[in-house]
Amino acid sequence: MSENKGFMAWIDARYPATQVWSEHLADYYAPKNFNFWYFFGSLAMLMLVNQILTGVWLAMSYKPDAALAFGSVEYIMRDVNWGWLIRYMHSTGASFFFIVIYLHMFRGLLYGSYRKPRELLWVIGVVLYVLMMATAFMGYLLPWGQMSYWGAQVIVNLFSTVPFVGEELGIFIRGDFVISDATLNRFFALHFLLPFLLCAVVFIHIVALHKVGSNNPEGIEIKKGPKGNKWSDTAPADGIPFHPYYSVKDIAGIIGFLILFSAALFFAPEMGGFFIEHPNFEPANPLKTPNHIAPVWYFTPFYAILRAVPSIAGSAFPGVVAMGAAIVVMFFLPWLDKSPVKSIRYKGPIYKVALALFVVSFVILGYLGVQPTSPGKTLLAQICSIIYFAFFLLMPWYSKIDKTKPVPERVTK
Amino acid sequence: MSADGVDLKRRRTLTLATSAFGAVGAGFVAVPFLASWNPSERAKAAGAPVEADISKLEPGQLLRVKWRGKPVWVVSRTEKNQQELARDDAELADPNSEMVQQPSYCQNPTRSIKPNYLVAVGICTHLGCSPTYMPKRTIDGLPENWKGGFFCPCHGSRFDLAGRVFAGVPAPTNLVIPKHQYLSDTTLLIGEDGGAS
Repeated sequence: MSENKGFMAWIDARYPATQVWSEHLADYYAPKNFNFWYFFGSLAMLMLVNQILTGVWLAMSYKPDAALAFGSVEYIMRDVNWGWLIRYMHSTGASFFFIVIYLHMFRGLLYGSYRKPRELLWVIGVVLYVLMMATAFMGYLLPWGQMSYWGAQVIVNLFSTVPFVGEELGIFIRGDFVISDATLNRFFALHFLLPFLLCAVVFIHIVALHKVGSNNPEGIEIKKGPKGNKWSDTAPADGIPFHPYYSVKDIAGIIGFLILFSAALFFAPEMGGFFIEHPNFEPANPLKTPNHIAPVWYFTPFYAILRAVPSIAGSAFPGVVAMGAAIVVMFFLPWLDKSPVKSIRYKGPIYKVALALFVVSFVILGYLGVQPTSPGKTLLAQICSIIYFAFFLLMPWYSKIDKTKPVPERVTK
Repeated sequence: MSADGVDLKRRRTLTLATSAFGAVGAGFVAVPFLASWNPSERAKAAGAPVEADISKLEPGQLLRVKWRGKPVWVVSRTEKNQQELARDDAELADPNSEMVQQPSYCQNPTRSIKPNYLVAVGICTHLGCSPTYMPKRTIDGLPENWKGGFFCPCHGSRFDLAGRVFAGVPAPTNLVIPKHQYLSDTTLLIGEDGGAS
């Protein structure tokens, strides 16, 4: 850390500005072999900022009132200057946020970024994912369209299936006996609150990351390798300073991402009913159910798991448990993987097949979640749900017997 | 700093006691925040039991009453209706109302307190549409031997005049029978049964 003079010296004596800058950016050494999969962390932060910024602006014209909400969204779309753009940046942004997060999580699966010493980093990440889903679910009620209303009805009813206390729990969440103005009002407040919690947990996620350092596509711990590079004698030889090397690389990633995002934003903001479902352009009507209720695409894999489990003794609770377990099992991933290597580059054929099957079933489940059920589709959903859970629960065995390749000591050849 | 004269055991006890006291206080403060999520007095008033006057309900007619934002049907079943309820057990998914979709005092062949009156929540158990009352076979979607009941226009679920679901339709369970009681021969209270269930 260099000593500053003048203004920065005055600041540094009172606030560790230069220290933080060097520790986390200019003198923070990240592995030099990051590939494009490492864009998605910074892209996720970009989308979080996008959601908060556009969300606060939307709140300036939106009315969280059952009688006014639908109209106020239409008002934003038609009459507020640039309102259509801000609204679509928010609604399309939500879907892109999830795309980015799913790819970010997949990167973790590819390169074993959840393995020791990054278990807590992964767990904090899953907490972020759960918070994100809660935020997205509450946000989807706010336009007060038919799918907002009935989607919320179905999801809140999931809580009502809990034995003994379910009925009261549902009423507690809704604040009424049906989804009503009280529900809309509180969901708006929570939809505003949760992103700030998200920011706080993102901060904790990054603190955890900078403690253990980034993983890389080789799955090699650069901190355990030789020391000394052209910037520092004590830094890992295979590390490069985050700034400017990765800050600039991330900007290139952001440009590429924004091209795709803008393409969707300007040419297909509803993505043919996947980002905003068609029944949501009709105001909520508590007396008329849409013919087919489906959640937005980023929830559909879990919704398909819910529907794949048959009711037992007239109770849908087992399905709800399976859906919850599908998310909870992610928390345990760091302790399920017993492979001696981290990265897929050195893992054996069993893991590669398992991961491929997992991804295919997750996508199929996502597709089935938007479709109406039929006996054939339910069977397919059951098979995919079993593969989903088998990927996690059988991992302690198959990761142990898998034939791995030796991992080199250095990132470079 | 010196530890002379410091009673560490006593200090730890006091720290623990203070923390525990603080935690209990935080628990008390949480009560109003959590309790405020429960339905407000206004919502509770809107969800209160409703009275229905059935003195003018002729046999074969249906009366709609709004309770907690949902339609509740009161159907006056004719003698013929009541006899026909016993006949189509094989076609039903749950003829004996074994699934708990009704208070215990309505788990009987007519799913009601009085055999001539059906009281049911008019919401299809499939996806929450409101079925149509079909006393006679007036549309082609109904089977030839239709003896009266309810038909859901959304996905074609059918229920008999006791709100029992037919087998092989999308709806999985019988219609819900709400808690209710008769205040007199002609007055019905829906949503409250005086603890009879």
